Amino acid sequence: MRYVYADNAATTKMSESALKVMIENLEEEYGNPSSLHTVGQKAAVKLQNARNQVAACLGAKPNEIYFTSGGSEADNQAILTAAAIGAKKGKKHLISLAIEHHAVLHTLERMKKQGFEVTLLDVGEKGIVSVDAVRAAIRPDTALVTIMFANNEIGTIQPIAEIGELCREKGVIFHTDAVQAVGHLAIDVEAMKIDMLSLSGHKFHGPKGVGALYVRKGIPVTNLIEGGAQERGKRAGTENIPAIVAMAAAMEEACAKIDENSAYVSALRDRLIEGLSKIPHSRLNGDAKKRLPGNVNFVFEGIEGESLLLLLDDKGIAASSGSACTSGSLDPSHVLLAIGLPHEVAHGSLRLTLCEYNTEEEVDYIVKTVPEIVAYLRDMSPVWEGLVKGESDYVIQ
Amino acid sequence: MLYSEKVMDHFRNPRNVGKIEDADGVGEVGNAKCGDIMKIYIKVEDGIISDVKFNTFGCGSAIASSSMATEMIKGKPIEDALALSNKAVVEALDGLPPVKLHCSVLAEEAVRAAVKDYYDRNGIEYDKELFKEGETPHCEG
Repeated sequence: MRYVYADNAATTKMSESALKVMIENLEEEYGNPSSLHTVGQKAAVKLQNARNQVAACLGAKPNEIYFTSGGSEADNQAILTAAAIGAKKGKKHLISLAIEHHAVLHTLERMKKQGFEVTLLDVGEKGIVSVDAVRAAIRPDTALVTIMFANNEIGTIQPIAEIGELCREKGVIFHTDAVQAVGHLAIDVEAMKIDMLSLSGHKFHGPKGVGALYVRKGIPVTNLIEGGAQERGKRAGTENIPAIVAMAAAMEEACAKIDENSAYVSALRDRLIEGLSKIPHSRLNGDAKKRLPGNVNFVFEGIEGESLLLLLDDKGIAASSGSACTSGSLDPSHVLLAIGLPHEVAHGSLRLTLCEYNTEEEVDYIVKTVPEIVAYLRDMSPVWEGLVKGESDYVIQ
Repeated sequence: MLYSEKVMDHFRNPRNVGKIEDADGVGEVGNAKCGDIMKIYIKVEDGIISDVKFNTFGCGSAIASSSMATEMIKGKPIEDALALSNKAVVEALDGLPPVKLHCSVLAEEAVRAAVKDYYDRNGIEYDKELFKEGETPHCEG
């Protein structure tokens, strides 16, 4: 059966070249880079090469890259690092966004329990923070501004370079969770004045369980895992070399093709948005243009997201939703609520995230299939009946 | 897999979907804010539920629970419908994940609400104790 994978923000299929590099490494370069013998040193060379590749893609220096187990670990480490530096100077105020990933939000919650004050900025209905709002929030005791590069649910891109400029001017450490952006948007940590950046390998056709934290030279890193001299003493544990080299290969490939992929995937995205916009009482979430090339996020009034996902899967389409039922909690996505969607409507959300492996024909199949399933579920929905009869108001006009 | 084969079968091929225009009793429970609403219509002949239909807004398990609950009361005496427990619905579905158990509670409540509506419309005496508010509100609507 046809299977259209449109959940690339959740994870991606590994690229052929990254997979090849990974298998070669597992088969032939299995040494521990801390070992002095030939096979160990061969691995050490591979590790260094990977570090060079990752740094080059970000405009960073190799010794500013710390490999981690993924984006969440990198986010945790970045926040703990800035908090430790701030605490030494009596600065205990942290600034972030209401729509951040939980890896950031939950770490900030933990810092609150340790006496830090956290300001979460609003992003308005488009899901983009204003630089003025960040400026207004910065105080003399602000230790960190952490703002995601692009949102994982609604794909909106934040004004990172302007915020970087502002933070540098104010002398505040600036971290960005760039998990959704790396490999998809051009990033230069020097030009954008980013002090710390988190990334994850499996969001750009690399393997899972590996990521990196970029930390600008001169910022003392707090380590989360004790036990060895790996990563210059900042992240103990034998390096996950097969994953690291494969991630570096995938990242190099993605960065080399960033313009080409972005143009191709954005065109697919816009075709999908145009097609789904024809469904009555639907709405695109986030900004139409300032969004990730592959991100499409809609809400359809009168239906619930999990049912939609399960039926789409039956039709061979893999997607995602911010409905409460799919989150395992009782509340719909904090991101959709933060951009002002009422609970009733946020339950009916659908996220489709494309990549360069998707085709126009696949997009057309999604555009044909989604309206059929939405109509079927609306027909079964007692809410839709009330909306059609005018007994209750449409939230989306 | 999140759901049992039974749940997926009732979700994919829900039984008794629709409305009964001249229903003898209608029960609606849940709210849109929480993400599930169930509406059950019953037709009663000589104390037997001769027909039943449902409309549901909700996740896969909400639709499957509605479908299973309607199957379980169709053609049964009205007292049997009143005795339908959420536990029986869950068992008939070969289980539900813990976070989805409230869907079966909603199905039980929707059936009871439809029966209560039937009693009220027909001036049939009933024990008010049977229709006390459910004890497991799953969402602060």
